[in-house]
Amino acid sequence: MKIGLDIGSTTIKCVIINENNEIVYKSYERHYSQIKQKLIDILSKVKKEMPESNFSQIAISGSAGMGIAEKCGVQFVQEVYATRTAANVFAKGTDVIIELGGEDAKILFLTGGLEVRMNGSCAGGTGAFIDQMATLLAVPIDKMNDLSMQYEKTYTIASRCGVFAKSDIQPLLNQGAKKSDIAKSIFMAVVNQTIAGLSQGRKICGNVLYLGGPLTFMNELRKSFDETLSLVGNCPENSLYYVALGAAIGASETYSLDGIVQKVENYKSDDAFAYNNPLFKDEKEYEEFKDRHQKSIIKKGDIENYSGDVYLGVDAGSTTVKAVIIGENNELLYSKYLPNNGDLVPVVKSFLEEIFEKYPNLNIKSSAATGYGEELIKNAFSIDFGIVETVAHLIAAKKFMPDVEFIIDIGGQDIKCFKVRNGVIDNIFLNEACSSGCGSFLQTFANALGYSISDFAQLGLFAKKPVDLGSRCTVFMNSSVKQAQKDGAYIEDISAGLSLSIVKNALYKVIRAGSPDELGKKIVVQGGTFLNDAVLRAFEQEIMTNVIRPDISGLMGAYGAALYAKKKAPISSAIIKKDELKNLIHEVKSTLCNGCSNHCKLTINIFSKDKKYISGNRCEKPTANKESDDRLNMYAYKLGLLKQYGDTKGERETIGIPMGLNMFELLPFWHKFFTELGFGIKVSPPSSSELYMLGQHTIPSDTICFPAKLMHGHVEALMVGGIKTIFYPCMSYNFDEGLGDNHYNCPVVAYYPEVITANFKDIKNITFIKDYVGIHKEKEFPKKIYKILSQHFDNIQLIDVMSASRKAYKEYDNYIKRVREKGQEIINFAEKENRQIIVLSGRPYHIDPEINHGIDKLILSFGAAIISEDVVSGKEGYEKINVLNQWTYHSRLYSAAKYIKDKKNMNLVQLVSFGCGIDAITTDEVRDILEKEGKIYTQLKIDEITNLGAIKIRLRSLFATL
Amino acid sequence: MAELCYNKEGRLIFTKEMKKEYTILLPMMLPIHFKLIQNTLEHYGYKTELLETNCPEIATEGLKYVHNDTCYPAILVIGQFIHALKSGKYDLNKTALMITQTGGGCRASNYIHLLRKALRKAGFEKIPVISLNLSGFEKNSGFKVTIPILKRMVAGLVYGDTLMLLKNQTKPFEVNKGESLRLIDKWTEKLTKQLNEGLGSSIKDLKNNLNEIAADFSNIKVKKERKVKVGIVGEIYVKYSSLGNNNLEEFLENQGCEICVPGILNFMLFKIDNRLEDIKLYGGSWLKKHIILVLLNYFKKIEKVLIKTISKHSNFEVPKPYEEIKALVDGVIGYGNKMGEGWLLTAEMLELCGSNYENIVCTQPFGCLPNHICGKGMIHKIKEINSKANIVAIDYDPGSPKVNQENRIKLMLSIAKENLNNTMEDPKINISKRSTNQVISKYSISHQ
Repeated sequence: MKIGLDIGSTTIKCVIINENNEIVYKSYERHYSQIKQKLIDILSKVKKEMPESNFSQIAISGSAGMGIAEKCGVQFVQEVYATRTAANVFAKGTDVIIELGGEDAKILFLTGGLEVRMNGSCAGGTGAFIDQMATLLAVPIDKMNDLSMQYEKTYTIASRCGVFAKSDIQPLLNQGAKKSDIAKSIFMAVVNQTIAGLSQGRKICGNVLYLGGPLTFMNELRKSFDETLSLVGNCPENSLYYVALGAAIGASETYSLDGIVQKVENYKSDDAFAYNNPLFKDEKEYEEFKDRHQKSIIKKGDIENYSGDVYLGVDAGSTTVKAVIIGENNELLYSKYLPNNGDLVPVVKSFLEEIFEKYPNLNIKSSAATGYGEELIKNAFSIDFGIVETVAHLIAAKKFMPDVEFIIDIGGQDIKCFKVRNGVIDNIFLNEACSSGCGSFLQTFANALGYSISDFAQLGLFAKKPVDLGSRCTVFMNSSVKQAQKDGAYIEDISAGLSLSIVKNALYKVIRAGSPDELGKKIVVQGGTFLNDAVLRAFEQEIMTNVIRPDISGLMGAYGAALYAKKKAPISSAIIKKDELKNLIHEVKSTLCNGCSNHCKLTINIFSKDKKYISGNRCEKPTANKESDDRLNMYAYKLGLLKQYGDTKGERETIGIPMGLNMFELLPFWHKFFTELGFGIKVSPPSSSELYMLGQHTIPSDTICFPAKLMHGHVEALMVGGIKTIFYPCMSYNFDEGLGDNHYNCPVVAYYPEVITANFKDIKNITFIKDYVGIHKEKEFPKKIYKILSQHFDNIQLIDVMSASRKAYKEYDNYIKRVREKGQEIINFAEKENRQIIVLSGRPYHIDPEINHGIDKLILSFGAAIISEDVVSGKEGYEKINVLNQWTYHSRLYSAAKYIKDKKNMNLVQLVSFGCGIDAITTDEVRDILEKEGKIYTQLKIDEITNLGAIKIRLRSLFATL
Repeated sequence: MAELCYNKEGRLIFTKEMKKEYTILLPMMLPIHFKLIQNTLEHYGYKTELLETNCPEIATEGLKYVHNDTCYPAILVIGQFIHALKSGKYDLNKTALMITQTGGGCRASNYIHLLRKALRKAGFEKIPVISLNLSGFEKNSGFKVTIPILKRMVAGLVYGDTLMLLKNQTKPFEVNKGESLRLIDKWTEKLTKQLNEGLGSSIKDLKNNLNEIAADFSNIKVKKERKVKVGIVGEIYVKYSSLGNNNLEEFLENQGCEICVPGILNFMLFKIDNRLEDIKLYGGSWLKKHIILVLLNYFKKIEKVLIKTISKHSNFEVPKPYEEIKALVDGVIGYGNKMGEGWLLTAEMLELCGSNYENIVCTQPFGCLPNHICGKGMIHKIKEINSKANIVAIDYDPGSPKVNQENRIKLMLSIAKENLNNTMEDPKINISKRSTNQVISKYSISHQ
């Protein structure tokens, strides 16, 4: 007999097989991270139930099994390899295996050249991710499966990372999207993640086998795979046990069960994990800490005995709704902290009903809403005012500390921090593409380990060795926690470690503080997460300053909104009346906006037939029924200008130009160059999510920036369109604009054509010109490009090339000139009209609406004008800065920042594509340049999918301070 | 105490006075090579110390003072410096830092600036930072790479490459454990002495020393054994530095592998050659071209000595000459691809595949820009060219747990072992030269 154990991230599977490879015993159990104990239990059970298996060949497999196998001297079989071994025995004829586990995703190509793939450092789209999503939807896993059957439409959800997906889903929920649609969308995201991340250019076809927990338990997930792959895969018997089976088959060493149990029992780690100082030395220290914080309290009033005017504040947050009622003296009369389970309207409705019912004598004089769901709530209940949450928090914080310098709010999904200078918000830090280190993260962990969040956090208070877990990503954190447990960390140490990691993430990743002084000495902390003493203590320890935690820490947004409502109180409130409320019907419909190429997915909320609230839109078009004012939009102007360099026919062959990355600036150059030489031109179609999907399967590196990934779609589109020649040259260097120490392109822009050539199967069937070209050397360029062209085409004359080159350079200059002139026009116009000007800066390709997600339109809707960084970069000469200034596009950023530093009406907003390594350098430097002059720096991180909610908050807060 | 001097741009200069009083801290990357270089610097009057610390606090300090999305090597190197400065081990009024700077189009050229920013944030702005580069960046009155220093440094790299190469081919098969490492110590000492006396860097000395080194390694008694052969390539810091790659070499050794880590000489040749390629592709001056050619030819000459000398000892796998490696990627990736490790990375993978090291760990910091192209981006193509290629790309960053990395490497090793077992019948394939030719080697030595 042979025994195979599969110790995964969440479960332990055990199988015993006989000589004929027949299963004689199997078990499947969750281990709640108590691997050692669970393993002993399982083995003891096996020994009792199957005494004949005592001396068997045993092997361990699984992602969490490696360490324990090694330390106990038991044979280890790598799990993907084990899967393959099992498939060769139990599922002969299989071509491809797709296996999803707790934190792993794997694809195995068995036929046509063996290849095994496993997700790299990103665990998005795995079982843990689906678990998290189910928590978010507040449904059990099996319910999620059922829900998805009733879907009507799907939303695009970021498929790269589970954490991103979460921040896509939250706003959808807040906007009232249907859970069934979201459930299906989540499955589709998992499918896309798996295929995009793992197939890497290989087509999944033939007999496909589905293995692992998620694919076994969720038939709708399998269906989603089937649909996308256009085949019918098979989920075999024992699909949960393949890894364990493979381990059993591969087992070659015999052990006694008692011996192994003994070894596991004796298995001690070497205490090698890094740890921090304990949060509290002793009970006494904790008592002092508690006493100090009990002093920050707000005046309360008794609602039962109150009569007269009251003011309502509602904070519709991402996971909870907070509502408060205050009286004439700002006293807190009533408050509620309610989980919203992803559905805001009923929660607020029942709150209001309760108020109307219980306290009929109160007159709500004024009301205000804030938070993610602000607009929805405001519309549903006719709330008087809406207020940006940052401002709401500031108003509330001032009640506790009038001269507050820094406010940090850690909520369920987001971290908001801002500096306050002269009583106004000066600098905002928000977590953007990533929601690691927020409250829901602690919650997920607590649940996974079988605790309530408050019990779990409390555990850490007296931990001896709080684990140093780093501050990166939630998904990585899972593995770090596992590792620490393996190294012998106690649950207390992990709890304290997680609290610390939340704090460190906020400080070093979101705020990017180098020292405690940067935050100032007057700090107010708030948000539900700080209600945990462990988190609060970790924060004080890390910044070495005592802070204020208001007793209504979780209600600050709502309290601030109420104060705001009071200050702005109208003669009478427009808030929904009691009988209207009773009859309030809330219906949700979704549709696609066809106003422009963004094709926003609109969610239409209909309240009691006559009132409508539309969300999901970027511009005002679908709501205000008017075109956004593109006269003040440099991004729109550039797009229009580039459209003029469209498809043409020529007497020679037609050249395809993929419209991505640096082509967004060089199209005028190459277009002129080739048309002058008599070539036709075919420009790839505008970016869209369909175009992206088209090329997705050829992307070799899943952590590269989205603009680069889009390039695959553009090339594929040209090839599908039958183009026989594509021109996409490599360029180490860009034009030297005299603004920097050098004039490189970034490595990705410079060499992406290489990636395209190496990963497109059919590229050899066409002429793909990816030669290295140096446009920075105008004098040498014609000879060099002449040589290149002569290799690919007949009858190219040097003299023609020289003339075409001259004209191409001129055309490029002309393009830049037009951009600058138009920019100046926008500046003049805005100044005349006294409008704010936003220098929306990034790279030339950020004007692609698929990349910027219509952020330009969003900014316009605030009444500001938009120019790009190249409009003003030329106005400043070269000046040494604190970093090596060696990339052409990036030099423009520094120059633009320097130019606007004393311009009152201009502010810089920098678009940063996720994964752009170079922006790790530029963002800090641009921030330094601006802040030295007292300017606010705003960075917007964007990716394949972008949570416009966070971006809106940031922009609104920015405009609120101007 | 030395006076603090700043240049026009406000950069703190390492002065002649400082040279006398200060200790210069150097980050560790390649233990053998860097020790030889350190010894050379010591000989020229610089007090130096190589930082060999390896603890989790290094990354923590790095994350505190460097933008968290910056590449892992920057976080580690800067974290290591700050960790050292905070340790209390060094007199902060008499400590300087040294860091290399290549000046290419990748982020790495900015490390020195990020280091200065971090020092300011951490309150160490009075610590001078010296740039070690060949591009003429940032001059310091107290530090100058003179021709003799350069020559000795280059010799140090050649010896380092040789010792590393022979150690990797011998150590896994040793009968008496520890002999290879003892030889490394012996030679480090011997070579330091020579270099300090002004010897060891001429072509003739190189020849003699390399010959003796190879002979010494040949003399180590080895077992006949078949082992999985694994090549390590990647971004230069995580490829070489055990701090950067979570002790990858040690892990592979413990898994019973024989490893091959391509040397640094090729990287030097590559960086010089890039300038020629630039001129070829985009045009440039005749004079510049000829100066570069002189330098390139010097390196090639040294390379030839290395290869020829080791080839005499037929029991070692000899690296291919630069030009041959370069030819491997003709038509695969362009020679203009020069940022980071550029086309050389692709070429090294192809070379490894061609010399039976087809199991490859391709290391890179998470989000490494050049490696998106010439590492991960080329794996597909390499497999097309050589179907035996069994490559795993591993990302390193402060948040990637070691256990996940090792698990993925183990997957690659499982396939490797299976392939090895399948070829058991054919003794020519997949067996280390070093371990088969032990008898011959004894004879070859007696010839000399």
